[in-house]
Amino acid sequence: MTGALKIVVTVKQVPDPNSNLTLEADNTLSREKEVVLDPGDECGVEEGLQLKEAHGGEVILVSMGPERAKDAIRKGLSMGADRGVLITDPQLAGADALLTARALAAAIKPEAPDLVICATESYDGSTGMVPPMLAELLGMPQVSFAKKVEVDGSTIKVHRQTADGYQVVEVSTPALISVTAGIAEPRYASLKGIMAARSKEIKQIGLGDLGIDKGEPAETIEGLADAETRKAGSVIEDDGTAVDRIIQVLVEAKVV
Amino acid sequence: MGKVWVYAELNQGNLAPTSLELMAKARELGDVEAIALGAGAKAAAATLGKHGAKVVHVSEDAAFDDFVAEPATDALASLHKEQPADLILFGFTPDSRDVAGRLAARLEVGLISNAGDIAAKDGGYVAKVPYFGGAKLASMKANKKPAIVLVRPKSFEPKEVGGTAEVKDLKVTIDAGSKRAHVTERVVEASEKVKLEDARVVISGGRGMGGPDNFPLLEDLAGALGGAVGASRAVVDAGWVPYSMQVGQTGKSVRPGVYIAVGISGAMQHTVGMKASKVIIAINKDAEAPIMKMADLGVVGDALKIVPALTAAVKAKKR
Repeated sequence: MTGALKIVVTVKQVPDPNSNLTLEADNTLSREKEVVLDPGDECGVEEGLQLKEAHGGEVILVSMGPERAKDAIRKGLSMGADRGVLITDPQLAGADALLTARALAAAIKPEAPDLVICATESYDGSTGMVPPMLAELLGMPQVSFAKKVEVDGSTIKVHRQTADGYQVVEVSTPALISVTAGIAEPRYASLKGIMAARSKEIKQIGLGDLGIDKGEPAETIEGLADAETRKAGSVIEDDGTAVDRIIQVLVEAKVV
Repeated sequence: MGKVWVYAELNQGNLAPTSLELMAKARELGDVEAIALGAGAKAAAATLGKHGAKVVHVSEDAAFDDFVAEPATDALASLHKEQPADLILFGFTPDSRDVAGRLAARLEVGLISNAGDIAAKDGGYVAKVPYFGGAKLASMKANKKPAIVLVRPKSFEPKEVGGTAEVKDLKVTIDAGSKRAHVTERVVEASEKVKLEDARVVISGGRGMGGPDNFPLLEDLAGALGGAVGASRAVVDAGWVPYSMQVGQTGKSVRPGVYIAVGISGAMQHTVGMKASKVIIAINKDAEAPIMKMADLGVVGDALKIVPALTAAVKAKKR
């Protein structure tokens, strides 16, 4: 490899983490809810852009979702990514991790990227299973929990976050890296970037284009119950006695 | 009874705590076989036997420690081909996640992630998984075999039942194609005083702490109470404190005697990692914050004033 990197970043549109979750009576998410580019993915896009700026190449955003997910891709394009691919198909509504990974893999494979960047997990699903599945399906090694990525020719050196520090992991391209939010501070899109994003290509493809069958779902939800909730205790305004009340609770819990 | 595998994660020769937690549940679900890969596997087999494993498949091939995920995936996939399992349990930890995800994709079976409980039903398995921000609990049925389930740490209490496992050498050749993500160095950064997971009191800070400069206030309180300091994902993401302090779905699961959430709103990402605490105290300026609805005591006020006053009061009480 002569240096330039072809980088795919997976992105997802999610309900805005800063707005409150609301549920409809049928346990689906309220349609009124605001949606945004997943904040974790913003960091992935930023990392991709920084690597491109350092080494040259191209950043391609690949997403799966309803048509309005184009907005999330457009956000990444306005940050500076080159083009986007949106997998959208009514059959994919409610897709599980494996089907999601299969669809993404089918869309990414023809791009033959040097590097695939994913966030560790999405803000809404938070299962974190798509990146390792995607790596397997693409036949790539994966390095997860990356907090720092250095590319030197075809060698990638990753600082992989662990419970008490980090590991240095070395891997050759092509590879899939899932990044932590701490890896890079996402840039704000400039006005120029926003204008430029309007004319950038977002290719829209369906399951048929990818040549994959939906198949049977790997898992089904049999029932939904209210989660066991803790009983709310007392809520008090701090009128100067709060510390005494807390001490009382600590004494009852025998920690003081 | 089905054949249940427990992936007994080893970290540089040590059995991960989640492995024994999984054993406690696995015993109820079928005949348990554990798979231990890497340095310390043989020693771990004895412990796994005491916790109810009938068979432990071991290999101490250095590839399992030196290369991320792929060698372990190869070993599990090849063992499964010879003697299929009905259920494979993993801890929801970073290392096990990588292996489970790859294995599920390779076997084309999917998996259930972030489970808090699991039961045998109609010849298959159903897991309980938090859903929609944790407000709901979904019963999720695995439709394929093997069912692969990742279980949140601290979901079950490990318990020795006595017994000796038959130790079987796992004959597997890890070829070069799976030796790709090479761990060349391990760096320990955090010198934890009281371990977050083991602390009987945990004090966690969120955005409401105002900035990293105010975290020493929490350290002082933790010092006075003999506890440990945790943090929300928001402030870890913002770079205020290291990831090792993160409590929540992506971070650590804790269940201390007392959990004090300071300036934390209580997003599911966080609460899923601490709601099993015996007593929860929340200090927040917003009376409507979700954390207030699950706290035994919620204090609406200025954390930066309350915390130092509380530290002083705890110290005075001890005297």
